[in-house]
Amino acid sequence: MAAPEASTAAVPTLYTNNTLRNAFGGVLSFFILLLIGVLAFSIRLFSVIKYESVIHEFDPYFNYRVTQFLTKKGIYEFWNWFDDRTWYPLGRVIGGTVYPGLTLTAGTIWWLLNSLNIPLSVETVCVFTAPIFSAFASWATYLLTKEVKGAGAGLTSAVLLAMVPSYISRSVAGSYDNEAVAIFALIFTFYLYLKTLNTGSLFYATLNSLAYFYMVCSWGGYTFIINLIPMHVLLCIVTGRYSSRLYIAYAPLVVLGTLLAALVPVVGFNAVMTSEHFASFLVFIIIHVVAFVYYIKGILSPKMFKVAVTLVVTVGLAVCCAVIAVLIALVASSPTKGWSGRSLSLLDPTYASKYIPIIASVSEHQPPTWPSYFMDINVLAFLVPAGIIACFLPLSDASSFVVLYIATSVYFSGVMVRLMLVLAPAACITSGIALSEAFDVLTGSIKFQLPGVTSNAEVDAGETSSDTSEAQTDEVKAEKPDDTSKNRPLKKSKKKERELAENPPAKATAKAKAKAEKKRLLALPLEASVISLLLLVVLGAFYVVHSVWAAAEAYSAPSIVLTTRSRDGLHVFDDFREAYAWLSHNTDVNDKVASWWDYGYQTTAMANRTVIVDNNTWNNTHIATVGTAMSSPERAAWEIFHSLDVKYVLVVFGGLIGYPSDDINKFLWMVRIGGGVFPHIKEPDYLRDGQYRIDSQATPTVLNCLMYKLSYYRFVETDGKAYDRVRRTEIGKKYFKLTHFEEVFTTHHWMVRIYKLKPLKNRIRGKAKKSKLKTSSTSSSKRSGTKKKNPWQ
Amino acid sequence: MEAWIRARVTLALTLFALLFFVSRSSPPRQFVISNAERRIDLSSHIINVHLTLKVENTGTRPASEVVLTLTPTEVDHLAMVDALAIKGKRKKTTSVRLEVKPTELPDAPPIDAKYFTIYLADPLNSGESTTLEVLYVFMHFLEPFPAEIAQSESQLVFYHDTALILSPYHIKQQTTFIKTPSTKVESFIRVEPTNRVGTEIKYGPYEDCPPYSISPIHVHFENNSPFAVVEELVQEIEISHWGNIQVTEHYTLVHAGARHKGVFSRVDYQSRQFSNGASSFRYLLARLPARVHSVYYRDEIGNISSSHLRTNSLKSELEIEPRYPLFGGWKATFVIGYGLPLQDFLFESSDDKRYLNFTFGCPLIGMVVDKLTIKVVLPEGSTDPSPVVPFPVEHRLEAKYSSLDVIGRTVVVLEKKNFVPMHNSHFQVYYTFNPIFMLAEPLMLASAFFMFFVACVAYIHIDLSIRK
Repeated sequence: MAAPEASTAAVPTLYTNNTLRNAFGGVLSFFILLLIGVLAFSIRLFSVIKYESVIHEFDPYFNYRVTQFLTKKGIYEFWNWFDDRTWYPLGRVIGGTVYPGLTLTAGTIWWLLNSLNIPLSVETVCVFTAPIFSAFASWATYLLTKEVKGAGAGLTSAVLLAMVPSYISRSVAGSYDNEAVAIFALIFTFYLYLKTLNTGSLFYATLNSLAYFYMVCSWGGYTFIINLIPMHVLLCIVTGRYSSRLYIAYAPLVVLGTLLAALVPVVGFNAVMTSEHFASFLVFIIIHVVAFVYYIKGILSPKMFKVAVTLVVTVGLAVCCAVIAVLIALVASSPTKGWSGRSLSLLDPTYASKYIPIIASVSEHQPPTWPSYFMDINVLAFLVPAGIIACFLPLSDASSFVVLYIATSVYFSGVMVRLMLVLAPAACITSGIALSEAFDVLTGSIKFQLPGVTSNAEVDAGETSSDTSEAQTDEVKAEKPDDTSKNRPLKKSKKKERELAENPPAKATAKAKAKAEKKRLLALPLEASVISLLLLVVLGAFYVVHSVWAAAEAYSAPSIVLTTRSRDGLHVFDDFREAYAWLSHNTDVNDKVASWWDYGYQTTAMANRTVIVDNNTWNNTHIATVGTAMSSPERAAWEIFHSLDVKYVLVVFGGLIGYPSDDINKFLWMVRIGGGVFPHIKEPDYLRDGQYRIDSQATPTVLNCLMYKLSYYRFVETDGKAYDRVRRTEIGKKYFKLTHFEEVFTTHHWMVRIYKLKPLKNRIRGKAKKSKLKTSSTSSSKRSGTKKKNPWQ
Repeated sequence: MEAWIRARVTLALTLFALLFFVSRSSPPRQFVISNAERRIDLSSHIINVHLTLKVENTGTRPASEVVLTLTPTEVDHLAMVDALAIKGKRKKTTSVRLEVKPTELPDAPPIDAKYFTIYLADPLNSGESTTLEVLYVFMHFLEPFPAEIAQSESQLVFYHDTALILSPYHIKQQTTFIKTPSTKVESFIRVEPTNRVGTEIKYGPYEDCPPYSISPIHVHFENNSPFAVVEELVQEIEISHWGNIQVTEHYTLVHAGARHKGVFSRVDYQSRQFSNGASSFRYLLARLPARVHSVYYRDEIGNISSSHLRTNSLKSELEIEPRYPLFGGWKATFVIGYGLPLQDFLFESSDDKRYLNFTFGCPLIGMVVDKLTIKVVLPEGSTDPSPVVPFPVEHRLEAKYSSLDVIGRTVVVLEKKNFVPMHNSHFQVYYTFNPIFMLAEPLMLASAFFMFFVACVAYIHIDLSIRK
């Protein structure tokens, strides 16, 4: 831990009685950090306690399956893994298309435990990876904020991050997704960047590149780092804050980081070829120019320097223009201008919904609403502006970085709900700074007003809050060790601190006097400080209560098992696993199962059956084919599925119990995505007066499409009326038969229905034969017509 | 249909062969069975055959070996055979269990038959007679016909046997009773005198049957009892001397009846419970030992939420429901695990050894197990394990590494094929264990932490910087 080190470094020779106090503070902050880690871990266990130790949702199932493969087959097999159980018949190269950070992390943990003869299953390790890494993330936040505003702010930010709902939503036990480790990697990379910036140590710069490498391994969000850091460097240069430390912080990161990033198969040459990375190279050039200018300035006389500047500027401009022209030409030659769809939708929020229905169809890619800000970062939203102000008093390299970080992440979170996750650490850091500064000022003025009581007053102030919230006590107590070093703007390096510590006593007393003077100016009236202190504690308590509620109620449901509370107790809907277990035990191991892509990962992971499409939506055409089949009439759908060698079709139906996110509600997306590739599927055919409905007003296209039929087959026999509890209406067509599909399994609450494709008939019925003979003359034209309709025949 | 015909043809051929050989060789036998009564219970998929034989020694010398004969198909499906000698007159009868072993007869007629010998406790003198009770248990012996049924059909099965008891001895008088689960009997072959009353079909009495005489019959009847079969059960019993026994049971369950064909309609299954899926099953009952704790029921994709545990001081009952109802041919896998207090099952024997006394068997009631593997994981450092099982099993030793083990734990693996509930009995595993080994792991952990703290202290006090 860095805490003891900080306290030993900041021992002033004058206050010898403070030595013990600082040492004590170091130990205290160590234990506080330990408790924060425990808090971060345990607040995420609600899902295990309330439900069970199980992998959640969709993507985590894929990661779990990859981890299983890794632990079973080893790392080399993993890199070369071609998965033929998904995207049938295309398959998918898993090793080259997956961010391996999470998988390798969990695999390493598992391997380590097993080599110590601690027999934990892969599943257990996967379930608990996210909580463990959120403890790491809160420690990283402590380190980062400590670099900006000292240990007190660090502890406050750490405790805020430990329970920020936005991060909890992605890192509860069982939520085994990339973000779980990526947020830690993100914060830790930023910390190392700031540490390098503050110390100018090449050692930290190297570590920074390694942390960046880990981040690249873990999550596609690494582009945020490689854009934010150049932006900050540029900001520093523009505001005249260029220093050799900045150069050391930045140049090795770009060189080493890019080289390391290119090692990750999924990134590869993208690290130098796509526009997301160009900003860093541009700034890399700029910082070298600036460094060169500073160097020349140092060795030349001012007059010579002016001459040199004019010379260089003219040449430089010409070169720059040439380079930029080349870059633009390169970028313009690629169809998406070198930007991937997700990144483009970041810059232009309407891009995705206009051009890529697959991206737009995912709820987490939608822009967030205001309540979701309150839900996800709660009171931090109000503390952030205060924190930004605190960052300007005084503005250092590090605090300007925090300001830039919060500003950009607020913008990005406004584009996509998912990126709220990037905002959360920034909000925690700034709020931590704000809270810490506020406590500092308030306790300081109380201390000032009560001259008789010296350090005890502070402790008392801390203890008043201890009843309300443990977390707040931590923060207040944490101020103590940092007290003496607070008024320094920022410690630049250990060396400087030592110099400071070796100041002659006289100088120190003068400083202390100045400090007292400053404090008098900042002092608030006693009552006001006490009251605002209490209010802050209440605010913190509110945050804690909200976070615990969010962790316990809102974000811990694993979504594969649903529960409702009724008068006669808890009711469990475990239909998904019922269906997957049935598929896994009662169908042939090589059978292909078609479903909408949402259930692809779960089907491969839980049922071990080959799927046509899955949540890795890399092939739009393939998804569109399934969408087309679902929105086609039975016969055409059967032909598409048959051509894909599909044996079973799985649909999710919530109409019986009122489960809203079922396939009927997603159906319009299938139509849109299908229609985007196969134009004979037209969205207006499925809408009556612009409205999507399945009741008696529904269009015949809807009532005859496969999705409708598979969902509502024999539904009327359950209650006699066929009342759909999700759409709150009686369905349009109640009695119909299936000719090309047969029901082979329906789960207990009808949530998952599995149909089997009937085999081709051996004998063509006489009637069909006759009609064929009749239309033999026109058959060629008709056939071409059908060909157009069904691209797979 | 075809299978049925084939079975009939085979039986007929066997009959011819038998008759042929019987007429040629009639070996002199010491015994004559004066009265034989056979009761065949077909109410579930486990077939119990109770055979009561009154054996009379007509030879000149005392003899103690009585031979039983079974056809090869019967032997293939035989789960167990048990013989009791009944002594004393009525009301004061005592039974003595006798040893039964498969044997080869040196002077056997060259027919396709397998033999078992009962070793009488006291040799039977010439002219004396005794009563033997033999229990055969067969599994997988009922043949579903039709082999595939739809959801709404009920399950019909064939039972093949002979009306006359196959025996190397002359049988003076014999009767066979076949009990069917319901009165719905499609067909059965009559061998006069044959009589059917309610759920019982009576064959006989037949007088004076020569050795090896048979008369093939079949009964085609409705049997909707759940044909639940555990294809494989691996039971792991881990002993911890810290006071706990952890039992983990891995099941592969299958419905071995007529295969389900075509559609499974949930709406039919839910609304017409009685006429639909009559042969399917949903609930299973496991009888666990008393004072069981931390019971779980899950499969490889997570917890299965449909189970109930009822405990009292004598026994615990766990009612479980697989994820989906099992129709013919459907499979399911699951795991049941529970903890037990150590003092109920682990005892010290007189010679300073310890022994585990545990039930050999499957806690699920009425379950046939094709392959049962019991692994007793002894604590680390225990030596000379020796299992004591009342019936023959295969056993071997393995090693297992569990939490922080260094030398590994000894695992006694017991394997038994064709296990039926009648096998349920206790078995013991004896071993020696020095309690000092219990301290190994805590000491190891403590020293590891100690080393860690020492390393921390050392790191803080060593200045590694190059420049001062």
